[in-house]
Amino acid sequence: MIRLEQVSKTFHLKSREVEALKQINLTIEDGSIFGIIGSSGAGKSTLVRCLNLLERPTEGKVFLDDIELTALSNGRLRKERRKIGMVFQQFNLLAQRNALKNVCYPLEIAGVPGNQAKERAIELLKLVGLEDRMYNFPAQLSGGQKQRVAIARALATEPKYLLCDEATSALDPNTTNSILELLKEINERLGVTIIVITHEMKVVEKICTQVAVLNEGEVIEQGSVQEVFLSPKTKIAQEMIYPKPKYDNRNFHGKVFRLAFGGQSSSEPIVANLVLKCQTPVNILGAGTEDIGGKAYGQMLLEFPKDEAAIAEAKKYLDSIGVHYEEEDADGI
Amino acid sequence: MEFNQLVALLWKGSLETLYMVLTSTLCSYVAGIPLGVLLFITDKNGICRCRPVNLVLGVIVNLTRSIPFIILLIAILPFTRAVAGTTIGTNATIVPLVVAAIPFIARMVESSLKEVDQGVIEAAQAMGSSPLQIIVKVLLPEARPSLLVGCTIAFATLLGYSAMAGFTGGGGLGAIAINYGYYRYQANIMWATVFVLVVIVQVFQELGMFIVNKTDKRIRN
Repeated sequence: MIRLEQVSKTFHLKSREVEALKQINLTIEDGSIFGIIGSSGAGKSTLVRCLNLLERPTEGKVFLDDIELTALSNGRLRKERRKIGMVFQQFNLLAQRNALKNVCYPLEIAGVPGNQAKERAIELLKLVGLEDRMYNFPAQLSGGQKQRVAIARALATEPKYLLCDEATSALDPNTTNSILELLKEINERLGVTIIVITHEMKVVEKICTQVAVLNEGEVIEQGSVQEVFLSPKTKIAQEMIYPKPKYDNRNFHGKVFRLAFGGQSSSEPIVANLVLKCQTPVNILGAGTEDIGGKAYGQMLLEFPKDEAAIAEAKKYLDSIGVHYEEEDADGI
Repeated sequence: MEFNQLVALLWKGSLETLYMVLTSTLCSYVAGIPLGVLLFITDKNGICRCRPVNLVLGVIVNLTRSIPFIILLIAILPFTRAVAGTTIGTNATIVPLVVAAIPFIARMVESSLKEVDQGVIEAAQAMGSSPLQIIVKVLLPEARPSLLVGCTIAFATLLGYSAMAGFTGGGGLGAIAINYGYYRYQANIMWATVFVLVVIVQVFQELGMFIVNKTDKRIRN
């Protein structure tokens, strides 16, 4: 378990002070995949660096399994850091070492004998699917392959935790997916608790179980992904999670509803059923839904004619199948 | 002077020069690398931030670097005598060469280390590396290509300095150029010496770059 207690971080720049984190309280349970989402400048990277104390909080305490990291000497802290692997956006591999030697590095510095380290490194490269690229140097690998090496390297000392700082942000969508699959597999097979820092909704949607929304250095919402994504309480979280599709309200005369799908069976033809049940034509203004493991996630904007009876009927139907909905403001956009 | 006499003279001079320059390059690196590393790690973004140490070292390095070599050469003659037992000849020349090269090399080492990606250092820290492990296993190996380039520059610079030492009785090609070319107006011998110096610089420069290109793993080949 990683626990942050009233963690604040202030950077003193020449001209001004920047409060990057403001009294953050956060508990990351073992076994979870914990997402920290926020737009750029929200303090995500600072937050993740406070977890392994690459950045020392100005105030507050950081606990790792009841050991207070913020109270440790540098030497002890280095030992504790081996329990926390870290993966970066820019991979940060040693350019002058091949893949195998990169994975060996954390074992070398932990004092593991050469042969043993090599064996373990090969095992890990197999896990990430790169056993045939062991002797390649980072310059000879693609972005996705580099990140796989970085993941193998982060796992070398058998850490309980894996921090991913925008680990997929430099990768194309397909590669992103394959890296996310890999992280999920690592979580399930090795029981490693993963903390994912990202600005991308999709990443959280795809693999996280828990999520915290960070805005201007504050955790504004926190909970299970289902909870937070289906009914974000704060306006900022809503906008971040469901960026509103743009539409010009003047052209529509009916009522606009925003539907949030949160795990209904994706094989159910909800819109078609809605039309049939209510006997009213609906207009799809915008939709962004995704099938995740046979369940529908995402949102849809529907326009209903101004017919109170039909709308009441529609609401009843949506309630009955458990789709969350919201009436949009008249000004729309 | 007959041709084969000239060749013999230049050959002896070249060997002396190479001996002086290679030995002094080696000796200056032995001290220059630790000093450069120290400058880098104590800097404000370094892994062992220590402003006083950085400031003091920086001032010493800059002071020594700003003294013209020919002045330094004469100024430290007592020190040279104390170390080498004499102030003339090749061995005596090595002393001022090393003194002049150490701060210069320290700065070059520092700038090579600055080229190492900050993210890689951060990753090493996240993995629980000690400062010494970061220096030995990350900084120096990652900066190797740049350090080698710096080494070829240091070599060429010391070659130039060693020629200046010819004025105070240092041996080698510089002494030949000064004694024959300058004092005896034998311009042809001076030009022959210069030619040999150019060849030596060229050979070492190319050799250095060849090794850099062969060993830099950032280059796909």
